[in-house]
Amino acid sequence: MTAQHSKYALELRGITKRFGRVLANDHIDLQIKAGDVHGIIGENGAGKSTLMSIIYGFYEADSGEMLIQGQPMSIRNSQQAIAAGIGMVHQHFMLVDNFTALENIMLGAEGGARLKQSAEQARASLNELAKTYGLEVPLDTPVDQLSLGVQQRIEILKALYRKARILILDEPTGVLTPQEADDLFRILATLKADGVTILLITHKLREIMAITDCVSVMRHGKMVAHRVTAQTSMPELAELMVGRKVRQHVERKAQPAGAALLEVTNLSVTDASGVRRVKNVSFTIGAGEIVGLAGVSGNGQSELLQALSGIIRFQAGEVRLGDTTITPKRSKNPAQLRRLGLAHVPEDRHRMGLVLPFQAYQSQILGYQREARYNATITLKDKVMADEYAQRAETFDIRPRDPHLQSSNFSGGNQQKIVLAREIFADPQVLLIGQPTRGVDIGAIEFIHQHIMDMRNAGKAILLVSVELEEIMTLSDRIIVMCDGMITGELSHDEANEKNLGLLMANAGAKEASA
Amino acid sequence: MKPATAQRWANLLILPTLNILTAFVVTTLVFLAIGVNPIDAAKLLVKGAFGYQNGIGYTLYYTTNFIFTGLAVAIAFHAGLFNIGGEGQAYIGGLGVGLVVLAFDGWLPAIILIPLAILAAALMGAAWAAIPAYLQAYRGSHIVITTIMFNFLASSLMVYLLVNVLGEKGQMSPETRSFAESSFLPTWSEMLGWFGIPFASSPLNISFLFALFCCFAVWVFLWKTRWGYELRTVGANPDAAIYAGINPKHIVMMAMLISGGLAGLVAVNELLGVQHRLLLGFNAGYGFGGIAVALMGRNHPVGIVLAALLFGALYQGGAELSFDMPNVTRDLVVVIQGLIILFSGALESMYRPQIQRFLSRFVKDEVSA
Repeated sequence: MTAQHSKYALELRGITKRFGRVLANDHIDLQIKAGDVHGIIGENGAGKSTLMSIIYGFYEADSGEMLIQGQPMSIRNSQQAIAAGIGMVHQHFMLVDNFTALENIMLGAEGGARLKQSAEQARASLNELAKTYGLEVPLDTPVDQLSLGVQQRIEILKALYRKARILILDEPTGVLTPQEADDLFRILATLKADGVTILLITHKLREIMAITDCVSVMRHGKMVAHRVTAQTSMPELAELMVGRKVRQHVERKAQPAGAALLEVTNLSVTDASGVRRVKNVSFTIGAGEIVGLAGVSGNGQSELLQALSGIIRFQAGEVRLGDTTITPKRSKNPAQLRRLGLAHVPEDRHRMGLVLPFQAYQSQILGYQREARYNATITLKDKVMADEYAQRAETFDIRPRDPHLQSSNFSGGNQQKIVLAREIFADPQVLLIGQPTRGVDIGAIEFIHQHIMDMRNAGKAILLVSVELEEIMTLSDRIIVMCDGMITGELSHDEANEKNLGLLMANAGAKEASA
Repeated sequence: MKPATAQRWANLLILPTLNILTAFVVTTLVFLAIGVNPIDAAKLLVKGAFGYQNGIGYTLYYTTNFIFTGLAVAIAFHAGLFNIGGEGQAYIGGLGVGLVVLAFDGWLPAIILIPLAILAAALMGAAWAAIPAYLQAYRGSHIVITTIMFNFLASSLMVYLLVNVLGEKGQMSPETRSFAESSFLPTWSEMLGWFGIPFASSPLNISFLFALFCCFAVWVFLWKTRWGYELRTVGANPDAAIYAGINPKHIVMMAMLISGGLAGLVAVNELLGVQHRLLLGFNAGYGFGGIAVALMGRNHPVGIVLAALLFGALYQGGAELSFDMPNVTRDLVVVIQGLIILFSGALESMYRPQIQRFLSRFVKDEVSA
């Protein structure tokens, strides 16, 4: 193929994609200069992922054309995308856990029948690549023993090994510590220097500002703006994404913490395969206090949250909730804990918070379905449920208001509001919140933050678990950091910044001490 | 048209209709291949199933069995369980009926005997489902495997009991003595006779009304009570159920007990209504047919009644067809049923993308927010 030289590595003209009633991509035009780092930002559901899936051949566009290095090209599957020099690093890594890095990279490009021979060739060229781009990875370790940062490098290597000249990264820093993210950006800079074109999908404005050359903004399936990064600003981009001015910060009034409502002492959780996920964790939360729990995901925060809410059992330690003491021997299930005044907004609303096929007003009573006010002798009181839902939908501005709409038909932000409304209206003394704004639009984030702050001001004890450091720093009165199941440090609202939190998240202090 | 409405229509009406039509088209091809005029065959089948009172009676009598087993499969399905054991549960339900009637029909009056026998059918069916349910809930054995195995166990057990224990002495065929008349359910022709309406004699009996009542009861249970709410939560999202403080183990037990109980009621129609004795293989095929009925009826009582009616009509009309057309054997009727199960069960969503594309033309655009 004689590549005709073009200014643009990738050009999209009028790409349109419709899913039934939803117009996911509406005449998208996009030009990406060769050798640029080009950012694409937009709220959830703006159509970014659909667009990337079209470029990578997962979906076929209904209309429009795509040019790669100036050549019109139709890509129907990922093999064709790879052949066209496009590589993709997915948000959730596509790795086989019990394969080694080398096996994963070769997967789908094994070469001939004699595996060993091609493995040696692959190893040689991978070492070459690793040296060139600073992408060292242990090639012979099964990937499930590697950190997420390293797994991501394997994904990048995988793309480069297939000779990708255009690299798409979908939300690459979601699972990384700030330090790991810095490493990633260094790698991307090296790739750029070598002429690789990089397409970065993210909702983090800070990253856009830090490493991109140009940025395109998507909203409601349309491309609404293209900017040269140096000539724009975070507030402008935020406004373009949401379509209106965004107020970033909730007001925090000084308020001393009251009596301890939740006291956790030496709590340990061992999972089904015998791995200790939470190790001797102790903390307290007072009335009118938000305690943030920071950490790279997978370091025991989820297990801690589930143990506190009664979903899984803890094997050692003690939890005092108000006047009740809970121990491994005298455990409480989630229903009992709710009656003791503990509410829980789960980390994953699809997996736990809602029943997606249920109508909204039915999801709205999940966990409270046995309460007297919903129950007649035999039947559930549909009307009471629907009326109550209507009232909550009004207060929380859940759109659309229709109580009979299926829970799955709401956007992420509105689903989250359904869960939050349910747990907040239960008027608990202690509120556990996991990832309150994961997958939620910027517009709804400020609203949700305000409600969490209101609960604090009303004297409730709140445990906030989030992977968004900014969220933790904005809301929390105190921040505890977990790494490898242990609490590695505690910072007050005023002390905390990304740097010292990041060090605690990586447990750098302990490593230095032991070294 | 709202998008949700379009979706509902596609699910409830257009898709099942298209699937059945496809099955009929393929059936037509099969008929042509063996030299049978498909139009004549269709006429004969419809006439056999609905053309005269006796035929209608038979059709609705078969329908009754399919309603019970269809409901049994559906209720388990809503809890996320695939109960393949309707066959065995119906069989053991029959054992319950037999034991109660044989023990008490000498002296208990009908008004007590019949409810007792119905209860026994449900309890024994439930008990037979309880073991696989327990193994699923507390030991993690897969319900599909265990219920299938329990069908074989039930069948062997019944052969043993009928041959060695319950069978009438000095009788060649493995069946019990006839029940006393106090256990007989009123037939349709008797009941209509009370109002002076003549109706040809047929196996159709009051169990049909009981089956319809069960449909209503299952609907109320699943969609109007908190037990149904909890059951459907476990079926749709077990993690959310645990989060909500629902114990999925309890729900598995509850769902399977109700499911087994409903399957057991087949024995009420068959033994109290028609056979008036306990005999070998009275349950034949209804348990498995119920799976197809539930699939086709989308696990909703109304759909199950319609699907059961279709299967009842195929049973009855098919029998007439093979009687009148020597080329169409009994096996070929099974082929037709198989095709319907194939297209509306296994290939259920085959037309979904096309229909959705078609319907989306009538729906105004909505951009995801």
